[in-house]
Amino acid sequence: MDKTINIKVKVWRQAGPKAKGAFETYELKNISTDSSFLEMLDVLNEQLISQHKEPVAFDHDCREGICGMCSLYINGHPHGPDSGVTTCQLHMRKFHDGETITVEPWRSHAFPVIKDLMVDRRAYDKIMQAGGYISVNTGGVPDANAIPIPKKAADEAMDAASCIGCGACAAACKNGSAMLFVAAKVSQFALLPQGKVEAARRVKAMLGKMDELGFGNCTNTGACAAECPKNVSLSNIARLNREFICAKLKD
Amino acid sequence: MTWLSNSSVGRKVVMSVTGAALVLFLLFHATMNVVAIFSGDAYNAICKFLGANWYALVGTLGLGFLVVVHIIYAFILSVQNYRARGKERYAVTDRQKDVEWASKNMLVLGIIVVCFIFLHLYNFWAKMQLVELQHMAGCAVNTSLAQNGVYHIQQLFSSPVYSIVYLVWLAALWFHLTHGIWSAMHTLGWNNNIWMARWKCIAKIVATLIVLMFAAVVVCFAFGIAPICA
Amino acid sequence: MARIDELLKGDIITAKIPEGPLAEKWTNYKAHQKLVNPANKRRLDIIVVGTGLAGASAAASLGELGFNVLNFCIQDSPRRAHSIAAQGGINAAKNYQNDGDSVYRLFYDTIKGGDYRAREANVYRLAEVSNSIIDQCVAQGVPFAREYGGLLDNRSFGGAQVSRTFYAKGQTGQQLLLGAYSALSRQINKGTVKMYTRYEMVDLVIIEGRARGIIARNLITGVLERFAAHAVVIGTGGYGNTFFLSTNAMASNGSAALQAYKKGAWFANPCFAQIHPTCIPVHGSFQSKLTLMSESLRNDGRIWVPKKKEDAEAIRAGKKKPTDIPDEDRDFYLERRYPAFGNLVPRDVASRAAKERCDAGFGVNATGLAVYLDFKYAIERLGRDVVEARYGNLFQMYEKIVDENPYETPMMIFPAIHYTMGGIWVDYELQTSIQGLFCIGEANFSDHGANRLGASALMQGLADGYFVLPYTIQNYLADQIQVPRFSTDRPEFAEAEKAVNDKIERLMKIQGTRSVDSIHRELGLVMWEFVGMGRTAEGLKTALEKIKEIRKTFWNEVYIPGRRNDLNVELEKALRLADFIEIGELMARDALLREESCGGHFREEYQTPEGEALRQDDKFSYVSCWQYEGEGKEPKLLKEPLDYEFVVRQTRNYKA
Repeated sequence: MDKTINIKVKVWRQAGPKAKGAFETYELKNISTDSSFLEMLDVLNEQLISQHKEPVAFDHDCREGICGMCSLYINGHPHGPDSGVTTCQLHMRKFHDGETITVEPWRSHAFPVIKDLMVDRRAYDKIMQAGGYISVNTGGVPDANAIPIPKKAADEAMDAASCIGCGACAAACKNGSAMLFVAAKVSQFALLPQGKVEAARRVKAMLGKMDELGFGNCTNTGACAAECPKNVSLSNIARLNREFICAKLKD
Repeated sequence: MTWLSNSSVGRKVVMSVTGAALVLFLLFHATMNVVAIFSGDAYNAICKFLGANWYALVGTLGLGFLVVVHIIYAFILSVQNYRARGKERYAVTDRQKDVEWASKNMLVLGIIVVCFIFLHLYNFWAKMQLVELQHMAGCAVNTSLAQNGVYHIQQLFSSPVYSIVYLVWLAALWFHLTHGIWSAMHTLGWNNNIWMARWKCIAKIVATLIVLMFAAVVVCFAFGIAPICA
Repeated sequence: MARIDELLKGDIITAKIPEGPLAEKWTNYKAHQKLVNPANKRRLDIIVVGTGLAGASAAASLGELGFNVLNFCIQDSPRRAHSIAAQGGINAAKNYQNDGDSVYRLFYDTIKGGDYRAREANVYRLAEVSNSIIDQCVAQGVPFAREYGGLLDNRSFGGAQVSRTFYAKGQTGQQLLLGAYSALSRQINKGTVKMYTRYEMVDLVIIEGRARGIIARNLITGVLERFAAHAVVIGTGGYGNTFFLSTNAMASNGSAALQAYKKGAWFANPCFAQIHPTCIPVHGSFQSKLTLMSESLRNDGRIWVPKKKEDAEAIRAGKKKPTDIPDEDRDFYLERRYPAFGNLVPRDVASRAAKERCDAGFGVNATGLAVYLDFKYAIERLGRDVVEARYGNLFQMYEKIVDENPYETPMMIFPAIHYTMGGIWVDYELQTSIQGLFCIGEANFSDHGANRLGASALMQGLADGYFVLPYTIQNYLADQIQVPRFSTDRPEFAEAEKAVNDKIERLMKIQGTRSVDSIHRELGLVMWEFVGMGRTAEGLKTALEKIKEIRKTFWNEVYIPGRRNDLNVELEKALRLADFIEIGELMARDALLREESCGGHFREEYQTPEGEALRQDDKFSYVSCWQYEGEGKEPKLLKEPLDYEFVVRQTRNYKA
């Protein structure tokens, strides 16, 4: 039941934001195929610490696929070769004995490397701060059932809202575009009557911020949606485009 | 209207609108070409109709404008997108499922298409409309073949090299269009989960139709089948 | 100390509960409290540590009011706080289902669910504001599940006989947190909130008896920085990671709470930790955390173990599959023991029942430490589509982790540490025993007593942040408007920073042979074995001894690589582990003191003949509060008596 494999991991090591990075290869023996990818990295780090070397820095937190903190580019895929999962939900049973696994940080102009595999994703927060909200203060709001919302719209909004802000979309995109992230938030609010009120203002502000931060132009390759751990649909980008074009035409 | 140049979606809208217009032109051009397979005279009549008339010239200028805008924007977008990837590149890249190869290689495909457009202009336009224009400008040129499209087609595709080169070009065009058509609709916001599959299908059909029509002319003339009625 | 004098008579604590009938206390409080006028608000600074449901909602709401807020989180974005992982839902007394729910019933269920170890007035207020939370979240665009008519849907949860839980697929915590995060983002954009991400609070600064600032470590540069404010709010969640393996996030920690404790805030009921019945069982020594499967699964899943020991043994040996066991040989032990509530008994009851079966030798999985949660019956009754619509994402998650398809074979589950009801003691105003220091959400102790009902954590976090603290903190700040901003050059800041510096210096110098995680795992094993689901006096004494040894090991043998003034994850973990060791000791000490069984705290000496928890109301109807007395000294026990004015305490009964 408890199968183990021997692997090599080729990891990007970079001491700091300005330092020059390079790959280092480590050998790992007897890794249980039931362990998660991050648990494998834990084992690697324990091994490095026991040799009095610096462990590999990588982002992770909830380890159940929802916080969006983990961010590794594994064998050419954000969050690894499995689909619909984050790195923390990727298990070693997806790899075979003797394999060399290449682990890189997210690569995007807007996500500079902090150390090793850790990147700075505050750009996504900045996009949210530009307009990713409904402008209501605490208190003084109508009863929750005052405005009925068609189930279909609510469900679709929920699907868009399931984005975890991990950055895999921009990391996967050959254009370094954050469109899927922006589209998910714009869609969630555009689909709900509460969010409709300031939809035009929101889409212009968020998209403007995205462009300003140096993300690329979307060319609809669909790599973002293919790699999204939450399967956020590409059609949200069409909605974003529609919202933006309509908002601009109304100006 | 500054948003058409200073916002990412605006720039993509320009690509989409120019691209969609060029697709319409290709459809028209291909349909026109098919006529040549059946009747040389009919085809030449169209050539005459589209000679150095004011409307044909306006159309030509318009087309030229669309092509130039489409290309300039393509380069601007590509440079910006290259920068957005950052200085370090991935050591390993792998293909994603459901991601068309064409969608990631639009610039390369576009460059191939453009190169051949120049060749194509040299092969036909330079010998037809340009000659007429030169004539009108008072230059001493021979205009006897300027409206004989079929002659030029026959001349060109009697060379197997040209036939093959044109077919390669059409293949690149096909890939460019399969992504371009649905992508344009997507960028213009005319898409959702249901239409996604429909547009992709429509894109393939339209691209195939255009390319088949063009290719039919090349093949028929290369093998000397056409025109059926001389 | 004026604050202590105000709260303490002898060693009896008073919680400043407003006078009047239960239902009018909060209204009366709000009518008579002091407020800060709008022009003065922007002159007052408030530090909020943490950006979970409580922290983010508080920071956003305080920013909206016009206060100048400084908000801190250890992650790279405020959206990553562990509230995001809550799956099931949030309770509110809306009575949209017309099934007889009311504010009183929610209050009563919460008090009863907490095994009568919570403060009546706080819990009533919680139930009272619960409805506003739902309104607020809907206005923010939280996509709650809806019926075809367009109105909100509800589901039922453990410990309640009404359907009052609002949910957004299996991602309710995420959606609520993103709602609070969006409100917070709006305030950051407006400039009322200044956000510090990847900053970790490492000490509290007290000036003239009041909380006036914090020392925080910039996790990227490793540099210690000083921040001053008129009030400090801690919303840093629970300390479940003391057990190493828990459902908490890897970086969840109890350090901010422990720093407050060491500066004089009382630590209340540390032994009340919730063990969640539906987690994916442990499967290897490399395991870094336990994954929770939403309690909502118990709505439609049936929990069982084999009736015959030989079947259980055959399953453990891999000779039989669960699907080989016919229905008549399955023991649906929750339905058998608790006919009225069945699979929907509260978490503590469900967890203990699972442990009881496994201890008796009926456990499954190779380890014998798991029970089945079976959806075969739900699929037969409702069809696969309905089950998939309800739980599809949870099933998918289970399959990814365990590599088994729960549509075809029952899930395996086992209890795991999930939530800590104990925490920093707060009065009715959510103010700790340190003046100007407030504590909200899971970090405080207030509302859940000895056991928290499902879907109540989200409710409490948001209640504190949106609707309670923004009022009560003004009552404190009203007379602070004349107090000018503090300079961080004051000696109190220098002293606090030096103490942290020395501690880090000391840790870096040890250069031993043990990694932080290896010691943390050791602590976790001790905690789980002796301070886990079943506790005994003897075991707890052993735990106290072992924790002492672990402390010694830690301070003599830990090895921290790298430099201190750099991004150094091992140093971060070491600082947190140092505090977990203290908390672990406090938990064991508190559990040893509490000679009764109540809620999540089960002392094996105190149980009914049927194995149910046996409370000792005459002796332990109080909140045990621990006051720090200095390093190496035993903390002092203080008590807040729990007088039940409005409900009659009963033995919890989920049988009929």
